[in-house]
Amino acid sequence: MDGGGLRLDLNALDYVLLGLYFVTVLGVGFAARRAIRTSVDFFLSGRSLPAWVTGLAFVSANLGALEIIGMAANGAQYGVMTVHYYWIGAVPAMVFLGIVMMPFYYGSKVRSVPEYLRLRFNRPTHLLNAISFAVAQVLIAGVNLYALALVMQALLGWPLWVAIIVGAAIVLAYITIGGLSGAIYNEVLQFFVILAGLIPVTVIGLVKVGGVSGLMDAVRDSKLGEAGLHAWQDTGTTANPLGAHWLGIVFGLGFVLSFGYWTTNFAEVQRALSAKNMSAARRTPIIAAYPKLLIPVVTVIPGLIALVTVKGLGAPSGDLQYNNAIPLLMRDLLPNGVLGVAVTGLLASFMAGMAANVSGFNTVFTYDIWQAYVRRDRPDDYYLRIGRYATIAAVVIGIGTAFIAAGFSNIMNYIQALFSLFNAPLFATFIIGMFWKRMSALAGFWSLLLGTLAALATYLLYKSGMIHFNSDLEESFWGAGIAFVTVAVVAAILTPLTAPKRGEDLRGLVYGTGGIDLKAGVLAGDAAWYRSPVLLGVIALALAVVLYIPVF
Amino acid sequence: MDNHSEPARDPLVDGAEADERRSAAARLFDIRRVIGGLFAVYGIVVTLMGVFDSQAEIDKAEGVRINLWAGLAMLAFGLLMLFWQWVRPAEPPAAEQDGVIGQPDDTGSAYPEGS
Repeated sequence: MDGGGLRLDLNALDYVLLGLYFVTVLGVGFAARRAIRTSVDFFLSGRSLPAWVTGLAFVSANLGALEIIGMAANGAQYGVMTVHYYWIGAVPAMVFLGIVMMPFYYGSKVRSVPEYLRLRFNRPTHLLNAISFAVAQVLIAGVNLYALALVMQALLGWPLWVAIIVGAAIVLAYITIGGLSGAIYNEVLQFFVILAGLIPVTVIGLVKVGGVSGLMDAVRDSKLGEAGLHAWQDTGTTANPLGAHWLGIVFGLGFVLSFGYWTTNFAEVQRALSAKNMSAARRTPIIAAYPKLLIPVVTVIPGLIALVTVKGLGAPSGDLQYNNAIPLLMRDLLPNGVLGVAVTGLLASFMAGMAANVSGFNTVFTYDIWQAYVRRDRPDDYYLRIGRYATIAAVVIGIGTAFIAAGFSNIMNYIQALFSLFNAPLFATFIIGMFWKRMSALAGFWSLLLGTLAALATYLLYKSGMIHFNSDLEESFWGAGIAFVTVAVVAAILTPLTAPKRGEDLRGLVYGTGGIDLKAGVLAGDAAWYRSPVLLGVIALALAVVLYIPVF
Repeated sequence: MDNHSEPARDPLVDGAEADERRSAAARLFDIRRVIGGLFAVYGIVVTLMGVFDSQAEIDKAEGVRINLWAGLAMLAFGLLMLFWQWVRPAEPPAAEQDGVIGQPDDTGSAYPEGS
């Protein structure tokens, strides 16, 4: 170690590459402006985008701070078991969203996930979800912004406040001007830039450790040992690097947590709602599943490479924390040129995460809070303007949150963990409401509320030490499971006691009530067999299984 | 699933649907041009840096001429995107209506049909 900290030695040409990217991002925002005439253009790209664009934006919206930095850190800390977050913890949920749930979302023409709750249940359920989503998004945007600023400070030596404001200003500019099209187009661009940054690190890292077999030998000699090379070994107990039982992995991570995140998180679902027809909307999350299958190659593998090449990695604080796995490899392995591309990719990933939060927030704020409860029946231009104000407000609040996070970074981590728990009861309410016609509006409200409180209570009891779990991860599995069961029980008890919704009000919203046209707006080319959402989804699931089979 | 009945109606959702008819989304540019352009420029800059890399830079990357290879790969990818856009350009919205089944007033997108 040269003791030079994390600081990267960027030269003028690296900055040219970074600058070119920023200019392009802003240019995309400005160029998208001419395609905005209505609020639907601004919030949902006029429902006009092809599936490959929305699909890549779908995966890119999730390639934020947590993903790149966090999954490489997990790779270094837990080894190969980290792939569970991708193959069982994401792909099945993405395929389920595309095949089963998207017909209800897209077919009912709702403009947001909370709006589905308004139609399926009632206004209180809607308001509860709209407000909790809006609050979560601005707070998480702040956390993403803070993470971005930390990286810029560490790698480039920019002062924290400069980094926060530059990052926020760029995201603000391209979303306020270009709307969701600006955000989605930039996400597609970001997807490729992130890969262009991560692939060279992975390739040179593998050369350094002597290829895949060299890496495996080195991992066996590391503190992770043989266990770091297996995904399922010793999951009959919790004596494995992740500390998770296979039941927890399959049902906690693979079912409740991942389905909650991928199928009801509007920041994700919004990308599919902007697709041009039903077929493209259904293919959006499924097309996203394919890159998702392969992303561990550029996150988990660099994590393992960092574990065996960076001496002392895994320190509780300072430059050698697991979270710095990828920046440390960039510093050690990349010459100027690809280094500039890699830094650009890293910054792009942070902006992708924040932009997804902001564009989800402005839509829900405008359609689900302002239009539904504050000012109804105004001309469309009015809501378009409100959307732009909401974007500015979200970014300004995000900046505020980022500065708070700078003072209390642990608290902010807890807040993020807390909101992620809200997904489980939301998913339970959705899935029961989508498939059980009889579930009443009142049952929907109380299920969601009590399920959320159950998740919250489990979390708080764990944090205050009243209940014991082996790890934060185990707590999140249990918290999600308890929330799910609470929702189901409350729905089962309240539904028989309350009045059902009329059948015609549920048409297109609930399974078995009709009203969904799977061929809506389909173009001639979409009928091709290789564009069938079901076929593409089944292949993605099969690949997720095949990838688990060890080949070495 | 029964496809014959209409989905449930809602005034706010209907209002948004009416607005879709005056959507300007068809004027959206083609993102392939931007991706292709950026990567072609990145490719040229990084390839040139790779050609003139000093031994110290090659040694840092474990003896791999990474700038050269990454530059050429990015250039190839950028040109591929531009080529894709050239062989299957965005169709003018009016021409797309022929391919639409069912909804004749659907606004076209800036892309060829399908993904």
